[in-house]
Amino acid sequence: MSSEVEKVKTIEDASAEEQREMEDKVVSPEKVEEAKLKARYPHLGAKPGGSDFLRKRLQKGQKYFDSGDYNMAKAKMKNKQLLSAAADKTEVTGDHIPTPQDLPQRKPSLVASKLAV
Amino acid sequence: MAGVGGGNDFQWCFSQVKGAIDEDVAEADIISTVEFNYSGDLLATGDKGGRVVIFQREQEGNNRSHSRGEYNVYSTFQSHEPEFDYLKSLEIEEKINKIRWLPQQNAAHFLLSTNDKTIKLWKISERDKRAEGYNLKDENGRLRDPFRITSLRVPVLKPMDLMVEASPRRIFANAHTYHINSISVNSDHETYLSADDLRINLWHLEITDRSFNIVDIKPANMEELTEVITAAECHPNQCNVFVYSSSKGTIRLCDMRASALCDRHSKFFEEPEDPSSRSFFSEIISSISDVKFSHSGRYMMTRDYLSVKVWDLNMESRPVETYQVHEYLRSKLCSLYENDCIFDKFECCWNGSDNAIMTGSYNNFFRMFDRNTRRDITLEASRESSKPRAILKPRKVCTGGKRKKDEISVDSLDFNKKILHTAWHPKENIIAVAATNNLYIFQDKIN
Repeated sequence: MSSEVEKVKTIEDASAEEQREMEDKVVSPEKVEEAKLKARYPHLGAKPGGSDFLRKRLQKGQKYFDSGDYNMAKAKMKNKQLLSAAADKTEVTGDHIPTPQDLPQRKPSLVASKLAV
Repeated sequence: MAGVGGGNDFQWCFSQVKGAIDEDVAEADIISTVEFNYSGDLLATGDKGGRVVIFQREQEGNNRSHSRGEYNVYSTFQSHEPEFDYLKSLEIEEKINKIRWLPQQNAAHFLLSTNDKTIKLWKISERDKRAEGYNLKDENGRLRDPFRITSLRVPVLKPMDLMVEASPRRIFANAHTYHINSISVNSDHETYLSADDLRINLWHLEITDRSFNIVDIKPANMEELTEVITAAECHPNQCNVFVYSSSKGTIRLCDMRASALCDRHSKFFEEPEDPSSRSFFSEIISSISDVKFSHSGRYMMTRDYLSVKVWDLNMESRPVETYQVHEYLRSKLCSLYENDCIFDKFECCWNGSDNAIMTGSYNNFFRMFDRNTRRDITLEASRESSKPRAILKPRKVCTGGKRKKDEISVDSLDFNKKILHTAWHPKENIIAVAATNNLYIFQDKIN
């Protein structure tokens, strides 16, 4: 008989705790979202507005180009006829020697704006 | 039905839409800035392709009494072109970040347009007369043989079809290491400021080879960098005052009479934060994406990710009004961080009499708040409600539970349809809303 009473008691305790947890969640949707994010990216630093984040923002547009590497590759191409490089149109960085095909063509828009029709 | 922006009978109607209808949007066609001039007769847009299109309002007094003046293309030109800085390995986008008009002083119109690195002063002038009867040239422009000329004549001006020409008059370059986010013309009509992530410069409109650095927040050690400048604006009538906002949600007001370098602010505006509610997202969503003075100069408005705040310049401790733009996104911050939408920079604007404010949201929704009645409304810029003079129906986002018939649920919102740029005519109830590659113009209903 007493064990039954005990069982009932523990169930009540459990539901009271659940209620408290729920209240916490209701109070701060932001914290719920934060928990979600931390669960997906456990290595995420604690300071999102820190200098790493800001420095990345300041470096927007950075493309690495080494004219020496570029010209060497161009010279090599004349002899070897590299074909496969063109298939991989990834960002040109220091790891990858840029070839003329890789460099993005930056031409101004000579077409008139469609708003001006 | 009571509306926002003036009076109880107020309603917004569709007026015009500009731009291509097709689903495939070219990156270059995305509108990046919208700005009315001081009279409201001209409306300028800039896009990611570096092009500027200026629309002019048709004079009323045409026979069609139903349509108020429509905006038609007046001039278009390529303002900026893509560049590559070989020294720093930096690609410089041609995207027009901001356009600001100068007050009109003669028949020509002047505007400043800027990309990440270079500001240009453009002169837009009309030519409706042509000189004919030159002595040394014939009608085709070919030089005449001087020995054949036996008499002199005075050239006469003849009317010609109106031609609108845009020419770059000044190029203000090489003054910004970081990306320019704001330009603002001073009330003295002689100077203007330009702001990048870490510095603000003051220019004279006539002088391109020099500018004064008036704010520099770059730390000696870049590892100590904690905040960047996000927007800056000159006071509308006090030519010595300007403000700049930061990524930490603060605004600093500076007085140029105090010192040459305004690193020390005169006023510091920050809303106190409840430390217990701080989360990973707090700083990111507090970052101010736009700051605008009211026309009166008494107030300023700031836009952060979820709200718009109105500040009284006489009170630094907290804003006097706060308006929630899309509070339902607070429980979506995780996915908005993952898809980078949390970094979207929304702008905001005042109406001519400072009693209403407007800002954009997602799903091509935009919001308006009436400061007097405290009423707010959500409207949509869409091709579906684009019949001439069609009244815009208010939209509602349902946050949970039962979705009513005309409501849209948060999970159905299209986060690719962002309204970042809006503008309000300086005197009338006409608004321009940029929805990706389309420009919508709405007007109030003529009763």
